[in-house]
Amino acid sequence: MPESTARTQVPIEDVQHLAWLARLSLTEAEIAKYATDLTNILHHVARLNEVDVSNIEPTAMAVEAEGNVVRPDVPRPSMPQERIIANAADTESGAFRVRAILEESA
Amino acid sequence: MSDLTHLTIEQAAAALRAGETSSVELTQAVLARSEQVEPTIASYILPTPEQALAMAAAADQRLQAGDAPLLCGIPGAIKDLICTEGVQTTAGSRILEGYRPIYDAFVVKQLRAAGYVMTGKANLDEFAMGSSCETSAYHPTRNPFCPDCVPGGSSGGSATAVAADQAFFSLGTDTGGSIRQPASLCGVVGLKPTYGRVSRWGVIAMASSLDQVGPFARTVRDCAAVAECISGRDELDSTSSARLVPDYRAACGRDIKGLRIGVPREYFIDGMEPAVSASVRAAIEQLVSLGAEAVEVSLPHTEYGLSTYYVIMPCEVSANLARFDGIRYGVPKPGETMWDAYSNTRGAGFGAEVKRRIMLGTYALSAGYAEAYYVQAQKVRTLIRDDFAKAFEQVDAIVGPASPTTAFPLGAKLDDPVQMYLSDVFTLPASLAGLPGICIPCGFDEQSKPIGLQLIGRHWEEETLFSLSYAFEQSTPWSLPSNRARITVGGGL
Repeated sequence: MPESTARTQVPIEDVQHLAWLARLSLTEAEIAKYATDLTNILHHVARLNEVDVSNIEPTAMAVEAEGNVVRPDVPRPSMPQERIIANAADTESGAFRVRAILEESA
Repeated sequence: MSDLTHLTIEQAAAALRAGETSSVELTQAVLARSEQVEPTIASYILPTPEQALAMAAAADQRLQAGDAPLLCGIPGAIKDLICTEGVQTTAGSRILEGYRPIYDAFVVKQLRAAGYVMTGKANLDEFAMGSSCETSAYHPTRNPFCPDCVPGGSSGGSATAVAADQAFFSLGTDTGGSIRQPASLCGVVGLKPTYGRVSRWGVIAMASSLDQVGPFARTVRDCAAVAECISGRDELDSTSSARLVPDYRAACGRDIKGLRIGVPREYFIDGMEPAVSASVRAAIEQLVSLGAEAVEVSLPHTEYGLSTYYVIMPCEVSANLARFDGIRYGVPKPGETMWDAYSNTRGAGFGAEVKRRIMLGTYALSAGYAEAYYVQAQKVRTLIRDDFAKAFEQVDAIVGPASPTTAFPLGAKLDDPVQMYLSDVFTLPASLAGLPGICIPCGFDEQSKPIGLQLIGRHWEEETLFSLSYAFEQSTPWSLPSNRARITVGGGL
């Protein structure tokens, strides 16, 4: 994490890469705006570096879990297929229709 | 009866049982009220008057048969982040426009089983990301006390529906303050239960280690009644607790003599509005005059709450919102390749604040940064939780403001994310620690805008919060009908 005193600009190329990782198509104006916003927010949160966390365990859930939660492995009917696909824009034969994932080999 | 919309849930329930009114009549009264105020306040993304009247007619039959639960026939609004079977649920986002869930959320099932009447799906900041209700893709919601101002957020519509007498109660969700801050700005009671007290099943996820559903109501007892109805174990949410749900209304009226309330010095800071500070201090004195003992406590890592939250929350957001690809539900956009189609769907479907948080979370979780940001924030989260644990060795509850300001004008903070994020500076730490928090009205500023008092309890000790809140409410005028929002017929002030 950068020192909180120096405001390190997040480069435009990094923002473009993040947009790709997050599967967000963004305009150039959005990319520029998020470069500024990320820079400002990261500058703010860099204060966390001031805190001495040696020998401190990270907390993922703040309330103690009540043991391992399992349910009996009993078969039961699932929701009807036609209801499960009811909100999909594109379906075929009771299934979600999606684009090909693998390109045809040349 | 004169104005049915002013009744508390308990008064309405008594009137229903005495045959003085019917659920249909109560429902017609709040629907008529909505017709008057909705053009100005805009509490709902989707009002559901037809369903409401049908549910009310069914409730009347059940009431006639006798032995109906307290909430039977009582109109309530549901935040549009919470799935309602067959009824559009948008999360305030264009990407879910037209989405009709195929099941009810657990909390909605609980309310349905009790016979409630759904008035509509309440407006919110998109995917619950915001503190003003302005990031909704549909429309902003306005504060019933001051229509030029925001209602707070993200559960803004849930707060205004109750404040403007459009519903007797509502459900909201709170991730970093999204129930307590709008309750504060709208002069109503709002509870964020202990993490795990209420099932999150069927609630569109924002940050899963923080999200919790809770009620808004006009009185502490009403809030307690709704909280009791929605709490409990659900096998579909493994983080929901099997602990017995107490009779929360029975906690209202318990003696508060000898209860120790902690006043954290870090919750009275520069930049807080003087009226907020003065009202909260007066409220603490009032609790002392009722027999509570005030103790100064310190929560030394409070100043890191905001930064901790703004690392952990976006990380969880970026993971949770990865599911929105336009395939199984949602509004898809075309693209040359499959990846383009996903990116176009998400780029067009999400608004600016949602995209900002996804980008931030993606950054903080990406290779080389996860240790520096995410793990560091989780360690500071431990310190914040430990601060509370130490304080709760000395005190039974912590008191302070819910929001550093009263309602602010629309647009005032929309272009400055960090300023907007500061709205939740007093609610974030309890969220990070998984603690229950309640906000109750405790006064007005010089422009007659409401001020809220926040009480934070130990894990699972909502009852202490209800006891203290009820004692305060009963000894002060702030929750009386005469102090309700003054919006009148025609929408003017």
